Amino acid sequence: MSGKVEPAPAEDAGSYSLPRDVPLWEIFVTFLIIGATSFGGGVVAYLRAGLVLKKRWLDEEHFMSALEISQALPGLNATNMSIIVGDRLRGVPGSIIAFLGITLPGAALVMILGVLYASNAHNPYVNATLIGVGAAAVGMLTAVTVQIGRKQFGGLVDAAIIAVTVVMVSVLHISLVWVLLTVGPAAVFIYRPRKDIPPETGE
Amino acid sequence: MNENLSVLAVFSLLSVLAVGGGAAVLPETKALVVDAHHWLNDDQFRDIYGLGQVVPGPNMLMVMVIGYHVTGYTGALLAFLGFFVPAGVISWGASRVWDHFEGSPWRASLQKGMAPLVVGLMAAGAISIAKTAIDGALTVAIAVAVFLGVYFVKKVNPAFFVLGGGVVGLALLS
Repeated sequence: MSGKVEPAPAEDAGSYSLPRDVPLWEIFVTFLIIGATSFGGGVVAYLRAGLVLKKRWLDEEHFMSALEISQALPGLNATNMSIIVGDRLRGVPGSIIAFLGITLPGAALVMILGVLYASNAHNPYVNATLIGVGAAAVGMLTAVTVQIGRKQFGGLVDAAIIAVTVVMVSVLHISLVWVLLTVGPAAVFIYRPRKDIPPETGE
Repeated sequence: MNENLSVLAVFSLLSVLAVGGGAAVLPETKALVVDAHHWLNDDQFRDIYGLGQVVPGPNMLMVMVIGYHVTGYTGALLAFLGFFVPAGVISWGASRVWDHFEGSPWRASLQKGMAPLVVGLMAAGAISIAKTAIDGALTVAIAVAVFLGVYFVKKVNPAFFVLGGGVVGLALLS
């Protein structure tokens, strides 16, 4: 999602094998550090740096396959990736430990801020700051959406799917369940595998 | 219905609907939390979303603060478990069978079809926050400045721009 992924050095490609018996505490600490340092979204880049480049727990191919699952299925990439990678390393205990590691720092901090917010809700300084933060969040969310969608805005079919989705959610206020159940299958059907046409023509 | 159960039910539903991540499920979160259950008003929802943007890690941890507003620390824990566990279990199960579909052309179809849908949902998420967050020239200026900063200045962490927006708000609005 965030930029091109560099291929792993050629000499590593053949020699990769899933590490055995990685200690649970090491899984916990690794994900805790990613959870504590991945500010401002884009947690996938932090995961890749930590898991593929630094720890070498995964090669690029396994990382991309875990990311593919996280993106295609419900939930956040960050937590789904932690669960999948933790499971590959140490089974169910590994996935629970990795999930707790990546969520704990942010969860603790957001709760501290949330409790402070609840007890200072009418403080004018707090309100002014949060109005600024809220406006900034709109800018950031829009930038991230455009960055991810940039390659889609070119194609007419993709642009149509984007437009239909926005109209259904933002204008018609149709429940997300129905949007996913109608637009989802339709979009996948549009891009269904075809025998006669090479798969890349849709781009 | 018991409020704790409502919190668990709402965030579990959002969890399985969160195809494409946190931003994609924002309009539905707001619809359920603000319009259907009246747990928060528009301004509180915007504020809590903002809090979630300045902490590290997964960007929907703000669901805990919403749960906290409903039933205290129990609500925070239930919102956390509800939002992250159902989707996590689905991904966990899928990762164990995913390799059986290696090479299936439908995997590519699924990705190509879902990508624009997710972009559409993210755009709708930005619109739903903008409806309460954008109010007057200053908020427009902050949003545009942060957009340009995040989009063009790749070396600076986006969280700094969001915090910068807070500083500008504090300096000019209080």
